[in-house]
Amino acid sequence: MARMKFLCDADRCIECNACVTACKNENEVPWGINRRRVVTLNDGKPGERSVSMACMHCTDAPCAAVCPVNCFYTTADAVVLHSKDLCIGCGYCFYACPFGAPQYPKVGNFGSRGKMDKCTFCAGGPEADGSKEEFEKYGSNRLAEGKLPLCAEMCSTKSLLAGDGDVIAQIYKERVTKRGYGSGAWGWQTAYRESIAI
Amino acid sequence: MATLIGKIRFIAGALALAFLIAIAAPASPASAQVNPTASAVKEQQLLNQLQGGVISGRVSIPDQKSANLIHPAGREWRRFHEVTLVWLGGIVIVGMIALLVIFFLWRGRIPIEGGRSGRKILRFTGFERFVHWLTATCFVLLGITGLNITFGKRLLLPIMDAHAFSEWSEFAKFVHNYISFGFTVGVLLMFLMWVGQNFPTAADAEWIKRGGGILSKKGGDHPPAWKFNAGQKMLYWLVTLGSIAMIVSGFILMFPFYGGLNIGNMELAQVFHGVVAMLFVAMILAHIYLGTVGMEGAFEAMGEGTVDENWAKAHHPLWAKEEAARGPRGHEPLVTPAE
Repeated sequence: MARMKFLCDADRCIECNACVTACKNENEVPWGINRRRVVTLNDGKPGERSVSMACMHCTDAPCAAVCPVNCFYTTADAVVLHSKDLCIGCGYCFYACPFGAPQYPKVGNFGSRGKMDKCTFCAGGPEADGSKEEFEKYGSNRLAEGKLPLCAEMCSTKSLLAGDGDVIAQIYKERVTKRGYGSGAWGWQTAYRESIAI
Repeated sequence: MATLIGKIRFIAGALALAFLIAIAAPASPASAQVNPTASAVKEQQLLNQLQGGVISGRVSIPDQKSANLIHPAGREWRRFHEVTLVWLGGIVIVGMIALLVIFFLWRGRIPIEGGRSGRKILRFTGFERFVHWLTATCFVLLGITGLNITFGKRLLLPIMDAHAFSEWSEFAKFVHNYISFGFTVGVLLMFLMWVGQNFPTAADAEWIKRGGGILSKKGGDHPPAWKFNAGQKMLYWLVTLGSIAMIVSGFILMFPFYGGLNIGNMELAQVFHGVVAMLFVAMILAHIYLGTVGMEGAFEAMGEGTVDENWAKAHHPLWAKEEAARGPRGHEPLVTPAE
């Protein structure tokens, strides 16, 4: 089985935000929710880099560990998903997440955040694959159709890679070897406790 | 003529170009490869010099929380929430229950010395009792619904259907959030109505020196006390301070990220809320024990509002004397006539 991961090659990201838009469109994400976002570091300074970030589908995911109702589960492809039927909207996963991935549809007054929403690696949720219920709650299930997440698939500079961790690590290594530089696999050390040796 | 000017122009231009190249040449060796990452930000370097526990940048969306790219401190908070808090809570709460059981087995129910006199003294007015029970009811509800967040998935989920547990937890969350207002009002009133009787007096030093007399197996050791003994005063001030801690951190958690609070502040508020809550629950368990099974004649003070005169003389001698001297207010014999 594959071990699905995201990798953003910051030396290629041009901060076009197309991945953000693609995600919103593909999954019909509610207003105000950003499952994916592009963060620019050292903005306007020499050495500025942009990184596209969403849920990294961590190994031993912190969100799953702190959830008071155990609504998270990990698929055979190591994608971290959750059940909106079980989620109580307590907001703890946002405190634990190292990547700020969990999102809530309501502004958090009196704890009424609504059901948590996050990147599903375009793998839907616990409902039947491709069902209407699944789409309404979690968005598209491209993985079940044999496709990869749309954000990475349509990245114009192929900065954002999604797929089996070993495969995308190999692609990244080859790039770095060929061009002679690379600022590293952002977030990997935190999410997977391993990085790509360059 | 025109060709001559053209030639001069060409020569001048060539000279100027040669001059420019000569100046610029030392600055850029022709064969050097450009390394665009020479000054690029590196993740490891940013992780090493974390500012406030997060690596953050700029985002073009309104939600500024999303400008945090990597926040490794989330893992520290996870360790606290899943390991430290669980153990701390388990030890202080189970430990307190065990301690109370051992104490009960050793000491038994502390009887009223000399039996009941049949004469009753008014100890708490209706308003005082209302405020106490308002606070107490809110506390119990907050305690149960709060402990569910930490212990529910460990104790209830294994014996419950996942959906039923989720429904209960969501209900508990809303109860917890809304009951907090009742608790806030109760604690505020309790602070105001009893603050005058809870400042330390000379009698309290004596009371503390004798450990409240609670450790004398035979009983009969009754150190001096006014309306509230030193132990009750300590409880009063700990409840006041603990409640302030709970209310402030709780309201921060209920209105997350308001007023410029960042994720580190939110985590700290939760740590504070959790730790104080566990200690608070353990302390109130001891309070409930002493007010009910632990001591004969104690519950009626908060139940009916009156206590037996002999109970008052034993446990609050200075207050009993004061009440007796004051005359009929609470001292009128409320005894039911013999049949």
